[in-house]
Amino acid sequence: MNKVFEIPLYPYARVADQDADTPVRHAVIVVGAGPVGLAAAIDLAQAGHQVVVLDDNDKVSWGSRAVCYAKRPLEILDRLGCGDPMVDKGVIWQRGRVFYDEREVYDFDLLPEEGHRRPAFINLQQYYFEQHLVGRARALEAEGAPIELRGGNRVVSVEQADDGVSLEVDTPDGPYTVRADWVIACDGAASPVRAMMGLDFVGRVFEDNFLIADVVMEAGFPTERWFWFDPPFNRGQSALLHKQPDNVWRIDLQLGWDIDKEEEKKPENVIPRLKSMLGEDAQFELEWVSIYTFQCRRMEKFRHGRVLFAGDAAHQVSPFGARGANSGLQDTDNLCWKLGLVIDGTAPESLLDSYDDERIHGADENILNSTRSTDFITPKSETSRIFRNAVLDLSEHYAFARPLVNSGRLSVPCVYDGSPLNGADALDGGPDRSRPGAPCPDAPLGNGFLLDRLGGGFALLTIDADAPESVEADGIAATRLALTASEDPSGALAERYLGSAPGAVYLIRPDQHVAARWPSWDDAAVKAAIERATGRA
Amino acid sequence: MADLNTAPAIDAPDDLYAELLAMHEGLSKEESDAANARLILILMNQIADREVLRQAMAAARAPGAETV
Ligand SMILES: Cc1cc2nc3c(=O)[nH]c(=O)nc-3n(C[C@H](O)[C@H](O)[C@H](O)COP(=O)(O)OP(=O)(O)OC[C@H]3O[C@@H](n4cnc5c(N)ncnc54)[C@H](O)[C@@H]3O)c2cc1C
Repeated sequence: MNKVFEIPLYPYARVADQDADTPVRHAVIVVGAGPVGLAAAIDLAQAGHQVVVLDDNDKVSWGSRAVCYAKRPLEILDRLGCGDPMVDKGVIWQRGRVFYDEREVYDFDLLPEEGHRRPAFINLQQYYFEQHLVGRARALEAEGAPIELRGGNRVVSVEQADDGVSLEVDTPDGPYTVRADWVIACDGAASPVRAMMGLDFVGRVFEDNFLIADVVMEAGFPTERWFWFDPPFNRGQSALLHKQPDNVWRIDLQLGWDIDKEEEKKPENVIPRLKSMLGEDAQFELEWVSIYTFQCRRMEKFRHGRVLFAGDAAHQVSPFGARGANSGLQDTDNLCWKLGLVIDGTAPESLLDSYDDERIHGADENILNSTRSTDFITPKSETSRIFRNAVLDLSEHYAFARPLVNSGRLSVPCVYDGSPLNGADALDGGPDRSRPGAPCPDAPLGNGFLLDRLGGGFALLTIDADAPESVEADGIAATRLALTASEDPSGALAERYLGSAPGAVYLIRPDQHVAARWPSWDDAAVKAAIERATGRA
Repeated sequence: MADLNTAPAIDAPDDLYAELLAMHEGLSKEESDAANARLILILMNQIADREVLRQAMAAARAPGAETV
C-alpha cells in the first residue's frame, strides 16, 4: 500500500532552534499543518513574512475526510498559487438527486452562473488537498520564501506575554522552547492550544453517528451527489453517495445514537451494509472507514492577544454543507493580509479585532446553516419529522417544496455586512451582490478572468471611470486595475459591478472583498476608505 | 378564477421553515397538532379564494394525483 496519506511528507528533522542557548524568535508560528495551517503559512510566506509551521504529525490527513471544495476557496487557492492542480485532479459535479423511501423525488442542477473561472464545486480527497498545499509550501521554500515546515513537533505549552508568545515543543529528540511575535493556532477541533490557554468551545452536540466509508469501485453511477432520506437499505436514517477522483466513492450512512462504534466499524458489518445499498454484486474495496459524531460550536473570540485561532480550532460545524475546510480557508484569507500589515507596522494591532468581527459573523452563518441541515436530516421532534416528510412528499410533485428540502446548503462565502472596515457604498444603482463587505464576484475578461487580475494587495478597480494609476494613504497603496465594460462582451462585468451605473470605482481589499465603491474618482474619499479598511480610522 | 401556485414563491425559505419549527418548540404532539390546525384556519382566511383552497386541499390529500 502506498497511499499518499501513508507517506511522511515532512518528516521530523533536527533544527538549529533546538540547540540554541536562548529561544529563537520567529515572526509567525503556525500550529498545525492541516489545510488551514498550510494555507495560512503559504499566504504569509508569499507576502514575504517569515513563518514556521509546527505539526506533531508528518503526513497529510488520514483518510479522505473533507471532499467538497466550493468556488470561493478555489479562488483563494488561485491566489495562493495552487488552484490549478486541485481543480485538474478534482471531480467537477453539478447535479444532485434526492431520494425518499424507495423513490427518486427530484433532481437538481446547481446551474453555476457563467463567467467564473472556477466551478461551483469540486470533490477531492483531503489528503490530495493537503498534498498540493505541502507541494506549494515546498516550492515557495525552494524559491527562497521564508517558510519552514517542521513535522514531529508537538506544541505542549503556550505562554503569552505583551510582546510575544513562548511555545514549548516536544520532539523525538526531546523538548525545546521557541518564541513568536504571533501564533496562528490551526490545530484542529480538539485544539490543544485552546485547551492550554483554558478557553471555552461551546455549542451543540448532535446525538447521532455517521458511518463514513470510502470505497474504491468501478461503478456506472454518474458524477452526481445522491442523497437518500429513509431508504430501504438504511431505514429511518439517511445516506449519501458522492464521487471522488481515482474511482473512490464517498458513502455516508446515518446510524443513529445507540450503536456500538467499534462493532459497526468492522468490515464484516460494514460490507453487508454497503452491499444492501450498492447491490449484492457490487465489487468494491474499502479504502477508509470511520464513524463520526459532530458538534456545532465556536470559540467566543478568535483573537486572544497574539494568538489567533483559525479553522476547526476556532469553530466546528456538521459536515452537511461542506463548510469546515471551506470556511477555514476563508479565515486565513481574512487574517493573513491584516497580520501582514500589523507586522510591517503600517496598521495598528487593533486591525486584528476585525478578524474576530468578520469571521465570527462567517462562523455563525455556517453554524446556522449546518444546524438547520442537520435538523432536517435528523428531525428533533415528531412534529418536525412530520413536516420534513411532508416536504419530501410534496417535493416529488410540486416545485415549491424543493427549496425546502435541506440535505446540506452548500458553502457560499459570507458578506461582511456591518463590518467596521466597510467604507462608503456611494454607487447609485450598484448591484447588491458587490456591495461593501461582499466577496468580489468573478467575471470574464477577454481570455482571462477578473479575480486573477486583482493582485495580492489593495486594488482600485475602475470600470469606465478615471483614476490615478495608484493611490497611497500613509504607506498603504492601492493599484489601479482599469477596465471598460466593453471588455466583457457577455455583459457579466457590467451586470456584477455596474448595475444601472454608467461607471464605477471600487476599492478592493487584499482578500478580494469590496471595501467601498463610488460612481467616480474622489481622492479624499478613497484615501479615507483605505484608512478605514486598515483599521486606522 | 385563480390557480394554486406550486412554483417556489418564498424568499429565504430556510428562514421561514425554521420559524415554522420554532413555533412548535416546546409543545407536546397534541399541542402541536392543535397549533397546526389553527394555523391552517388562519391561512385559509388569509387566502380566502375558495377555488385555490380546493386545489390546495386536493394536492395535500394526494400529492400529484390532481393536476393543479
Ligand atoms: C467526515 C468528514 C467530512 C468532511 N467533509 C468536508 C467537506 O466536504 N468540505 C469541507 O470543507 N470540510 C469537510 N470536513 C471538515 C474538514 O475536514 C475540517 O474542517 C478541516 O480538516 C479543518 O482543517 P484544520 O486545518 O482546521 O484542522 P485539521 O485538519 O484537524 O488539522 C489540525 C492539525 O494540527 C495538528 N496538531 C494538533 N495538535 C497539535 C499540537 N499540539 N502540536 C502541533 N500540531 C498539532 C494535527 O496533527 C493536524 O495536522 C469534513 C470532516 C469530516 C470529519
